[in-house]
Amino acid sequence: METRIGRLVVSSSPHIKSSVTIETAMRDVLIALTPALIMAVYFFRFSALAVIVTCVTTAMVSEAVCQKVRGRPVTVKDGSAAITGLLLAFCLPPTIPVWIAAVGSASAIVLAKQFFGGLGHNVFNPALVGRAIILASWPAAATTFVLPLDGVTSATPLEIMKGAVQGSVPAAWSEAVAQLPSLGDMFIGNIGGSLGETSVLALLLGGIYLLYKGHIDWRIPGMFIGSVFLLTAAYGALTGKGIILYSLYHVFGGGLMLGAIFMATDWVTSPITKQGRILFGLGCGIFTVIIRLYGGYPEGVCYSILLMNCCTPLIDRLVKPRVYGRRKNA
Amino acid sequence: MKKRTFVGGIHPPGNKVATVNKKIVAAEPPNNVFIPLIQHIGAPCHALVGVGDTVRVGQKIGDASAFVSAPVHASISGTVRSIVDIPGFGKCVEIENDGKNTLDPSIVHNPNPDSLTLDQLRQAVRNAGIVGMGGAAFPAHVKFNPLKDKPIEFLILNGSECEPYLTADHRVMLEYPDRILAGMKYIMKMLNCSKGYIGIEDNKMDAVEVMVELLLGTEEIQVVPLKAKYPQGSEKHLIYTCTGRVVPSGGLPMDVGVVVSNVSTAVAVADAVEKGMPLIERVVTVSGNGVKRPANYRVKIGTLISSLVEQSGGYNGRVGKIISGGPMMGRTLYSDKVPITKGTSGVLFLPNKEIANELPHSCVRCAKCVDACPMFLEPTTLYKNSDKEKWDTVERNNVLDCIECGSCSYVCPAKIPLTQYIRQAKEIVRSRQKSQAAKEAAAAKG
Repeated sequence: METRIGRLVVSSSPHIKSSVTIETAMRDVLIALTPALIMAVYFFRFSALAVIVTCVTTAMVSEAVCQKVRGRPVTVKDGSAAITGLLLAFCLPPTIPVWIAAVGSASAIVLAKQFFGGLGHNVFNPALVGRAIILASWPAAATTFVLPLDGVTSATPLEIMKGAVQGSVPAAWSEAVAQLPSLGDMFIGNIGGSLGETSVLALLLGGIYLLYKGHIDWRIPGMFIGSVFLLTAAYGALTGKGIILYSLYHVFGGGLMLGAIFMATDWVTSPITKQGRILFGLGCGIFTVIIRLYGGYPEGVCYSILLMNCCTPLIDRLVKPRVYGRRKNA
Repeated sequence: MKKRTFVGGIHPPGNKVATVNKKIVAAEPPNNVFIPLIQHIGAPCHALVGVGDTVRVGQKIGDASAFVSAPVHASISGTVRSIVDIPGFGKCVEIENDGKNTLDPSIVHNPNPDSLTLDQLRQAVRNAGIVGMGGAAFPAHVKFNPLKDKPIEFLILNGSECEPYLTADHRVMLEYPDRILAGMKYIMKMLNCSKGYIGIEDNKMDAVEVMVELLLGTEEIQVVPLKAKYPQGSEKHLIYTCTGRVVPSGGLPMDVGVVVSNVSTAVAVADAVEKGMPLIERVVTVSGNGVKRPANYRVKIGTLISSLVEQSGGYNGRVGKIISGGPMMGRTLYSDKVPITKGTSGVLFLPNKEIANELPHSCVRCAKCVDACPMFLEPTTLYKNSDKEKWDTVERNNVLDCIECGSCSYVCPAKIPLTQYIRQAKEIVRSRQKSQAAKEAAAAKG
């Protein structure tokens, strides 16, 4: 009996590893974004497709060029740049000129990601930085929204509500309510808004998939959406705008679902502990409500997440899980 | 029955199918054995025999005077051929088999084991060279000798066998449940405790049923079905799951009134007390895709692994890793010409193609390691600070609480060898603490 044996590997345990890699995880995120992608293209047709293709391609090309210039291995195929491009496209109006989308996508990758050292080192969510840059540079183009299918320019539900709050047009809350689309349309996504943010249904499907795959923690979207719901319900009650209905428009409207499920849960820019993620989600919700109700913009999801991104290192430093077998304050 | 569990941990593929339904078979008698003089935590034994001596089965061939140590015995009868050093195993007594299996006269049945005093029981356990057979190999007579100020309330038998591939304990529970219970009663007597648990993962419900049936009407021993999750077999986590008690950091199970012992150890105790038989064989799972016929063997201690491979039909393709123990915590072997010891619960052969060899990516902060860590540490933080050699920070982040279960490395999508970094950091932090203590002692003197 021959017991010939080749060279043996001697190494530190463990000797098995899960099949999840960065590539497979990014692929899962792309799968999770697919329902929203389909809805975006269905509702906003060619214009949505053009913006999406522009953003994704620009993001991938920018990543590759940057890595070449930095003399680093090109990792475009890991899918992270494609996700950044897709997420950025999702939070832009379908009518935005594609060159603006391209500039935003390139700055997202170059300024917010590669300048910090690439995947894993960025402080801010790159897609949101891209959107913030576009919003600051071309405010009109970034906030002109059209209705799905017919493409008529229209105000978003949040803009309608904001108008009523600030006493401009429409003057009275009851008038605003009359202008608001039905909750059903908001759930399906048949409303004006950024191209990937309108369909609550599609985004929830993606979120459920990511939760099932274990790539996101329910605490961030849970605390984020939950705090927006409760705070706007309280505001609605105090100002006589109704409680549940008013807060549901806030929860379904704007980029809350997209932001809470796909942006605030970004691995790199959110806290690493469960307790930290609760704080993070709560902070996102509070800032969103403050900006929506008292700020200059009708929508605050983007800035609230960016603000909380700044807090992530602090949260990670302060919020430590209690180690097994150690007492509190030990 | 309600299944209990703990927080954290991972679900690696079990890979137990290959051997789970295979009855324990006695391995063929080896031509020669290499019995290491140290197979336990504690002081090594000195050889009691010399080259050319004739030895019999069960004869003590190595012993030490230190309290924390365990003697070693001849597992076959024959002639001592050499005392050689096998790297990684220390000095080993090589015995050539005479094939006669002559029993040493010192081995006699005890007609009345229940009449033994506590000290006699412990003496029997020590004389039999029994160590923890789950892998750590801590001398059993030390563990079964509770301190006066730390009374033991519970004995927990560990039948969780949470490591993938391994089925040795599972088979022992199915085939020798009565021996487990017999040993358990002696251990409980030595510990002077009245309540015992047997923790078994729910991927072994057949074993749970066998034990429950055998225990019908018994109050003091209870079977606890545990959710199958790695590392459920970790001492601290088994104690938590069975009793809700948390072993304090740096403490031992006895600090919370618990002793944990492996099911196979209980069988060894029963054999020692009733039959006077020392620990000279154990059940070993031979598995992995690198070997043709995986099996559960009853193996004489000191048998070379290559001999088990032959009985299993030889290697299946190119083997890249031989692992002593499970794939999560086992150690890799550099050769198949090394012996089975008292602590070897399994030997795995992984083919070349199953060896992960991906270059690590930089951390993407996914925190899967933080969620997986059953000790609630932050493996990524420990890794990053170790990489920067910030040992104070590493120490402050409780690196020494790590149990090296490997869950963090397993889940890491960036394939960073987190456990390896942390293991190294623990060594460095420990040696820094030692030199710090030495400095302080010197300063106090001066």
